[in-house]
Amino acid sequence: MTTKLKGLHMNKASIPVTGENYSDPRREFLKNVLAGTAAATVLMASGPGVAATKKFALPENIPDPYKAKHHWIYVININNCIGCGNCVRACKRENSVPDTVFRTWVERYLLTNEGVYVESPKGALEGFEHYNEEIRKKAIRSFTVPKLCNHCHQPPCVQVCPVGATFKAPEGHVLVDWTHCIGCAYCVQACPYAVRFINPVEHKADKCSWCYHRTSKGMRPACVTVCPNKARLWGDMNDNEAEVTKIFNEGQWMVLKPQMHTDPSVFYVGLPKEVI
Amino acid sequence: MGALGLESLPGDAMINYVFPNNEHVFWSVMIVIYPYITGLVAGAFVVSGLSHVFKVKEFHPIGNFALIAAFCFGLFAAVPLLFHLGQPQRAYEIYATPHLTSAMSIFGYVYGSYMVVLMLEIWLIYRPFFIKKANEGAGGLFGLICRVLTLGIRRYTPEAAHVDHKFATILAGIGIPWAFTLHGYVGFIFGSVKSIAWWATPLQPIIFLMSAVVSGMAMLMLMYCFLMWKRKQPIDMPMMRKFVAFLWGFFILDFVLEMLEIMFAKYEHGHHWEVVYPLLTGPTLKYSFIYGQVLTLSVIPVVLLGFIVLKKMSDKMTILWTNIACFLLVMQVLFMRFNVVIGGQLISKSDRGFVSYQFEVLGREGLIVACGILSAPFIVYFILSRFIPIFEDPAAGAYESEPRA
Repeated sequence: MTTKLKGLHMNKASIPVTGENYSDPRREFLKNVLAGTAAATVLMASGPGVAATKKFALPENIPDPYKAKHHWIYVININNCIGCGNCVRACKRENSVPDTVFRTWVERYLLTNEGVYVESPKGALEGFEHYNEEIRKKAIRSFTVPKLCNHCHQPPCVQVCPVGATFKAPEGHVLVDWTHCIGCAYCVQACPYAVRFINPVEHKADKCSWCYHRTSKGMRPACVTVCPNKARLWGDMNDNEAEVTKIFNEGQWMVLKPQMHTDPSVFYVGLPKEVI
Repeated sequence: MGALGLESLPGDAMINYVFPNNEHVFWSVMIVIYPYITGLVAGAFVVSGLSHVFKVKEFHPIGNFALIAAFCFGLFAAVPLLFHLGQPQRAYEIYATPHLTSAMSIFGYVYGSYMVVLMLEIWLIYRPFFIKKANEGAGGLFGLICRVLTLGIRRYTPEAAHVDHKFATILAGIGIPWAFTLHGYVGFIFGSVKSIAWWATPLQPIIFLMSAVVSGMAMLMLMYCFLMWKRKQPIDMPMMRKFVAFLWGFFILDFVLEMLEIMFAKYEHGHHWEVVYPLLTGPTLKYSFIYGQVLTLSVIPVVLLGFIVLKKMSDKMTILWTNIACFLLVMQVLFMRFNVVIGGQLISKSDRGFVSYQFEVLGREGLIVACGILSAPFIVYFILSRFIPIFEDPAAGAYESEPRA
């Protein structure tokens, strides 16, 4: 099965994240990790300033992205999202996601004095229809919010996987190894964000991988690439000049469900309090 | 809201909003009957433990029966999981490469070791019977199995009986905490999921444990009465009266804990209650939890059992009311499993809506397969009871039997 996306042709069998050809990038990763770890060790030893920049407390069994060559994070600027659904379509095509499930989706909120209208028809695959006149009259404000896997630093899905098929990769991705997943769906239950699902075709756990097959080759995730208004940004926190690092350092961001203590790697700028 | 039968929605929601990946209930009927069968194992084992370890003399006549019943249920406790898994051919990986941070990963070991303890205890108790049958020269597959199970020892002496009894008691002693661990642990699998408000409570393992004991005891009593009726044998009334008293006590604990959990959430009035209240008053749990599990299947048996224990009544009436109460309790626990497993998943993680659930009848995880799995332990019991004495003494005639030349 071949997927097409703005001139990019990719055979499904070559998608490494949840398929059999995963070992090559992983080997590359390990090399990078070794190099990164060595470099980080030298830096750590050189003075306390570097250690002081560490932003998360990590459980012992999770690799520390600050020691890796890259530390990828994802930033969503709500003020820039226009709810076009390009990202959802791109994700579907890039990752051959079946119709009934979603690796990413967009929600539309409309706030009124009576309460909140939230919807995401087909995950916003076809965008949104106009509100009817009755609801529009009541509207105080409306906005759209993209959702995807938060690639948490303390991921409940990784914790509960009984065979270790779901794991945290050294540079921040939370991935599923389809050669080991038994399809028990415990990870689906444990994820507070409902970004996981059992792939109805493969009968294995599936989720956003930040397009690992692209990002491990220096490309950006498909959803970031197609976003027309820079609502979705993706970059390396280890690069001080990266746009995401600057946004992160400004500190004007929020994460989803902070009460779950999952330490997400997806940061929202301009996130209204009504968003769950 | 009206169409969904919901009285209210959490999070100031004006319309029911379910996250796109929440429209499916990923754990369905198979995960309802998995803790149910595991509970029957634990409950039946408790009865054998009360007889063999705690020396409740009234339970001696049914000690072996409880053990064999626990074994029959135990054989099928993990079968629903195999039907549920997307990749059942990889189930062995839970044993081979367990991921130890996962509450689920240890299940294979807890369950496996419990079954070993159970089988060893049964073997020790039935060893004289196997020796006798082997010495009598029983033929066919049954004879071969008996000969293998004697492990070449064809003489049974009072000294051997003493040692066997000692070890069987030790195994029963290990088995009781292990059976409790097995089922408390099943509750832990649910109770530790912080993302599902209806599951996430430290009371969950204890509630699962108590309901397991109740369901196992009630099922055992129903089986016992049915078997006695079929065999045209009288029911052991002192045993039944003692049994009902224990069952009443366990069920009071179970029911009170279940209600405490709800009352606590209501009184605390925190995030949990905001999503749990609409769930409990919603279109599914209003019937299956409030009218079903609580008002019909808990209140009636708790009163009924109390009535049997406290009031003197004829044997016939005691048997009748006990069977009715036990049937209600067996259903209570099945409803409880459904309400926990399915109920928890009906709350969308959007915290602004609820999923509607439809039973699957056909298909791998459907009701027909579930009924098949639930009947399997009874079929195995029926087959076993054709070959081994369950209500009679397994050691009868073993001392006199001599190996054939």
